[in-house]
Amino acid sequence: MSAPRTLYDKIWDAHVVEESEDGTALLYIDRHIVHEVTSPQAFEGLRESGRKVLHPEMTLAVPDHNVPTSDRIKGIDDEESRIQVETLVKNCKDFGVELFGMDDIRQGICHVIGPEQGFTLPGTTLICGDSHTATHGAFGALAFGVGTSEVEHVLATQTMIQRKSKNMRVTVNGALPLGCTAKDMILAIIGKIGTAGGTGCVIEFAGEAIRSLSMEGRMTVCNMTIEGGARAGLIAPDETTFDYLKGRPMSPKAGMWETAVAYWKTLASDDGATYDIEVTLDASEIVPQVTWGTSPEDVVPITGAVPNPANEPDENRRAKMQRSLEYMGLEAGTAMRDIRIDRAFIGSCTNSRIEDMRAAAAVAQKAIEKGRHVADTVEAMVVPGSGLVKEQAEAEGLDKIFIEAGFDWREPGCSMCLAMNADKLQPGERCASTSNRNFEGRQGPGGRTHLVSPAMAAAAAIAGHLADVRDLD
Amino acid sequence: MEKFEKLTAVAAPLPLVNVDTDMIIPARFLKTIKRTGLGKSLFYTLRFDEQGKERPDFVLNKPAYKAAQILVTGNNFGCGSSREHAPWALADYGIKVVIAPDFADIFYNNSFKNGILLIKLPQEDVDKLMEDAERGANATVTVDLENQEITGPDGGVIKFDIDPFKKHCLLNGLDDIGLTMQKQDAIKTYEEKHKAEQPWL
Ligand code: SF4
Repeated sequence: MSAPRTLYDKIWDAHVVEESEDGTALLYIDRHIVHEVTSPQAFEGLRESGRKVLHPEMTLAVPDHNVPTSDRIKGIDDEESRIQVETLVKNCKDFGVELFGMDDIRQGICHVIGPEQGFTLPGTTLICGDSHTATHGAFGALAFGVGTSEVEHVLATQTMIQRKSKNMRVTVNGALPLGCTAKDMILAIIGKIGTAGGTGCVIEFAGEAIRSLSMEGRMTVCNMTIEGGARAGLIAPDETTFDYLKGRPMSPKAGMWETAVAYWKTLASDDGATYDIEVTLDASEIVPQVTWGTSPEDVVPITGAVPNPANEPDENRRAKMQRSLEYMGLEAGTAMRDIRIDRAFIGSCTNSRIEDMRAAAAVAQKAIEKGRHVADTVEAMVVPGSGLVKEQAEAEGLDKIFIEAGFDWREPGCSMCLAMNADKLQPGERCASTSNRNFEGRQGPGGRTHLVSPAMAAAAAIAGHLADVRDLD
Repeated sequence: MEKFEKLTAVAAPLPLVNVDTDMIIPARFLKTIKRTGLGKSLFYTLRFDEQGKERPDFVLNKPAYKAAQILVTGNNFGCGSSREHAPWALADYGIKVVIAPDFADIFYNNSFKNGILLIKLPQEDVDKLMEDAERGANATVTVDLENQEITGPDGGVIKFDIDPFKKHCLLNGLDDIGLTMQKQDAIKTYEEKHKAEQPWL
C-alpha cells in the first residue's frame, strides 16, 4: 500500500511529466484561461519565435478586466483598454483559441465563466494569468495564478515548471449561523491565519461547514485563498460538485460522465494523510465580517469597532495599522456600524454569481417591503459575473428588485474590483465592496474599501453606513 | 530566443549604482500590449526632459554612443520591482550585454530569459572597462561567451564567470520554453497516458 495522500498530492502526482533531482517538476496543465491584460506579450512572444499554441482546445479566452459595464454598444472609450481587448480578439483568431467576446452572452469574469461552462473540472490542473485563479480549486482542480512568461510557457508547451508546495488544511467545523456566508467564513479564516498564513502552501478546505456550502460559496472561499498567502486552494469534489457540473456545455457527456465521476470520487484526501500545517475554526462562532484597513487580514466582526494601534505590541504592525487608519480616514474605537459609506459594489470574481445576486436581492426586497431603498447619499451598483448570471438573475426578476430598491444593474465584468475600466471610486470615497482586495487605491486612487458579503453590502447601501445584515429581520 | 555567441560593439558607460527598474522603465509605460517597443522609453527620466526633449548630456544621447550594445554600470543594477518590462526595454533598445559588479536577483533571472547577457566582474575590472568605454565610439569591446572573455579596445583580455546552465541556454538561444520544447517527447508520452486515464478531458 502506498502512503496516504492528500487531494493535492493526488492531483500533483497525476500531472508530473518529469521531475528533476532538485525537486523542480514539469507539470502538465489541462486547462488555461486567458484574459486581455496579461496575455498580449505572451502571444507576441509566440509570434516572434514562430511557435504555436500547443493545445488551443484546452485554452479559453475572455476579455473581462477592461470591459465597460454600461452602454456596451458604444464600445470602449479608453484607447489603451480598447486596444488590449482588440488584441485579445486578434490573438485568439490567429492562434485558434476560443473566445467569448464582449457581445457573447457567455462573456464574464474569467473565474466565473470557467466553472459555468464546465471548463473547470475536478482533478485537473488549471492556470490563468491572474492571481485569483485559486477560485477554481472549489471543484478540486489544482488552479494557479501565473505571470506573463508562464502564460507563454503554457501556451507553447501545455506545461509549467514548478516545485511542489506544502500541504495545509483549514477545517471549518459546525454550521454557519444565520446571516453569515462563505465570504464571512473566508474573511474570518484570513483574519485568523493572516495574509502570509498560507505562504508556500496549497490549502485544502475541509470540514462540515465547507461541505455544506454550495459551489458558489466554495468558489468564494477558494477565491480568497490568495489573500491568505497560498497559491492555490482546494475542496474535495463531492455530490454538490457533480450536481453543479452535470450537463454544463463543456462537462463530460453522457457515457463518459459516469467514468469521470467514478474517478473524481477517488480524489478526496486519504484517511491518515498528513498536512504540514493544520488550522481549525468553528463556523458557529463566525459573525458577519467587515474589513477596517488596507489588507484583507484587517478584519473585525460587524459588531466590533475600529481597533486601536496603541494596543498592538508589535512595532511594525502598529505603524502599518496607523498608516491604514490614516488612509481609510478612520478613528480607533469607532463602531463599525457607525461608518458611513458613499458607494456599494456588488460584484467581482469573489461574489458575482447567481447565489450572490440572490442574497443581495433578498436584502433589497426586504427593504422595499419596509418602504426603504438605497440611501440618498449612496451610489450602489450590482455587476453580475457573466452574461449568463445576468440572464438568470433577470429571469428570476432580481434586476427589477435591485432597480426598484435603487441599485444600478450593470453589464458583466471585473468593474470596480480593480477600477481598470470606467467604474472607480473618487479620492476619499468609501465603499462597501464584495470584492477581495482592499489595498490602497485598488478601487481607484484614494478610494477606501470595506470588504463584506453581498448581503452586507446591500444592507450597507440601504442603511447608508456599514450595517449588520441580521438587524434587518 | 536569439543565440548569443560573440559580440563586438560600442560600450556605453553608465557610472551609477542602484539603477532601479523604475529608472530603466518608468511605471507609466507598462500599460502596453507589447514587449517590444519599450526601447523608446528606456531610461526615460534620465534620457528625456519634462518636455520630452533628449537630454544632450545623457550617455545614450551622445552621437558616439547611439549604437551602443554594451552597458558598463555600477553595483546592484536592476533593483526594484520584478517587472519583466525592464529587460524587455533594454533588449528592445538593442542592449545585449550589461557589465557590473553585481545585479539585483530577479532582474538577473529575467534578463537571461530575454536573451541579455549579464556579466559580473570585480570592481577593478569594471573600473577599467568604464575607462575604456568613456573613450567613445572607437572604444569597441568584444564579448566572447564561449570562451568567457572580454577583449578591450587595447587588446587586454578579462575573463569572466558564468553559470554553465545559463551559458548553455544563451549560446543555444534556449529560453525556458525552448528547453521545455526539447522535452516534447516526454510531454507526448505523458499526454497519451493522461488521455487514457482521463479520456473526458
Ligand atoms: S474580479 Fe477582480 S480579482 Fe477577480 S479577476 Fe477581475 S480584477 Fe481580478
